[in-house]
Amino acid sequence: MHHALLSPYRHRRSVLHRLPALVKVTIAIAGVVAIVLLPRAAWPAYGGIAIALLAAAAASRVPLSALGRRLLVVEPFALGIALLAMFQPHGARIALTLLARSTLCLGCMVLLTSTTRFVDLLRALRQVRVPALLVTTLALMHGYLFLLFEEMGRLRRARRSRSFAAGRRRDWRISATIAAQLFVRTSERAERIYLAMAARGWKT
Amino acid sequence: MSGRPRGAERDRTMHIPDGFLDAKTALTSGVLAVAGVGLALRTVRRSVPARRVPLIGLTAAFVFVAQMLNFPVAGGTSGHLIGAVLAAVLLGPSAAVLVMTAVLILQCLMFADGGVTALGANLFNMAIVAPGVGYAIYAIVRRLAGGGLRARLLGTAFAAWCSTVTASIACAGQLALSGTVAWGVALPAMSGIHALIGIGEALISALVVAGVAQIRPELLAGAEDSSRRARHGASVVHGLLISLGLAIFVAPFASAWPDGLERVASRLGFEHRAAGMPLLASPLHDYTLPGVRSVALSTILAGCAGTGIAFGLAYLLARALTPRSAAARSRPAEGGSTDASRPA
Repeated sequence: MHHALLSPYRHRRSVLHRLPALVKVTIAIAGVVAIVLLPRAAWPAYGGIAIALLAAAAASRVPLSALGRRLLVVEPFALGIALLAMFQPHGARIALTLLARSTLCLGCMVLLTSTTRFVDLLRALRQVRVPALLVTTLALMHGYLFLLFEEMGRLRRARRSRSFAAGRRRDWRISATIAAQLFVRTSERAERIYLAMAARGWKT
Repeated sequence: MSGRPRGAERDRTMHIPDGFLDAKTALTSGVLAVAGVGLALRTVRRSVPARRVPLIGLTAAFVFVAQMLNFPVAGGTSGHLIGAVLAAVLLGPSAAVLVMTAVLILQCLMFADGGVTALGANLFNMAIVAPGVGYAIYAIVRRLAGGGLRARLLGTAFAAWCSTVTASIACAGQLALSGTVAWGVALPAMSGIHALIGIGEALISALVVAGVAQIRPELLAGAEDSSRRARHGASVVHGLLISLGLAIFVAPFASAWPDGLERVASRLGFEHRAAGMPLLASPLHDYTLPGVRSVALSTILAGCAGTGIAFGLAYLLARALTPRSAAARSRPAEGGSTDASRPA
């Protein structure tokens, strides 16, 4: 199963975990907005935020190594853009501040997502009046993500057990056929879900 | 699934993180994104039958999972899907906007993939521009080339390439407007990379649509029914939103490229140094075609040449994927095998 989807730390108990999701989301977004709005060279402020983040991470009792790993997974694009930013005068300094800022923002979001279950985030979205259709779509997506993962795993296993290593060209076709098959099964599942939802009185 | 975590391999060449956009760009794209998503919600509520609404959420999950499928490319790297055009072809354009919105929000809130303050920009590029431009091109190709399977695949492949490149150009414009990356660097880098990524996107999308057409062709017809019921007004407003966004993000630079570059330079306060910077100038030379004096004109010509090549490749792909009998009857073959491992 997918490691980031499982995220074992979301269910731990700590001060941060117990905070209502809406409060956490508000604080995290306020933090990110503050970092983004800071002037480019506000290094002392960056340092202060970094210390606050580390303190919050310690309070969350999520291992720092786990947070660091998740940070590394999302860092490559920031690195790429920072590299592009080098190609201008004062590029090195701009690239460095960009990296610092985006790492701090990522830290806020990684901490938020490591201490909050997605269901609670959805409830927070509903509280701030995000349209019901969008929240329903998000909830369905999140609810069936795991199932579809396993479905895809089964399709791939079935294929592997029946065929020997294929050439590169065949590989593309087979991956695509698996995806097509997965979509067909997904739409059949959606029909059944609709019937179940309609039976319980759901309306758009 | 194999033991290795695959999340790290998803395509994130277009997810702008926090801290790369300035306030005005983030706000502008946020407003555009909210308007676009709101419009799509309205259209879906009015024109998509209730029976198909759960399918939107599940297709979002499907796109998310399909993004993790590996497509081997030379050199040990692998191709990945963005999925906007695939969703638009499978469900219709406004449902595709919702699918991509859900995917991007989940990536942002669950994986910190793409920034919160940049969510508006990411939504605009990948959930408004990509499905909108993609579906428009798909519809045009199908109207010109007929309703058969081959036209459908040609439209899908070409639209997938165009939407990927257009979204990347919008992304480059946002980065340049924020003063993060110079336009002269951002445009060639982003559109160049995505002209390649777009080929993979086109291949995967067309292959998946071909697969669905083989297994359950009536699913594709369902998408057309619900998009036909959408009123023209909605698609006109969607088109206007995209044009407005591109006018804000790209036009200031594209109208007169050297001027745009100078404007960025002077805004960052180093115009006096820019003249002597070889790195700033080199992308311009790369993009200049021999014998054409104007930089803007040669950029347009290069863009047209790239688009033409992409269309040619899409045509060859569509030909290769269509069985001769199906092309002759101009209807997709009914009821193929449901076995995933059936040799193609």
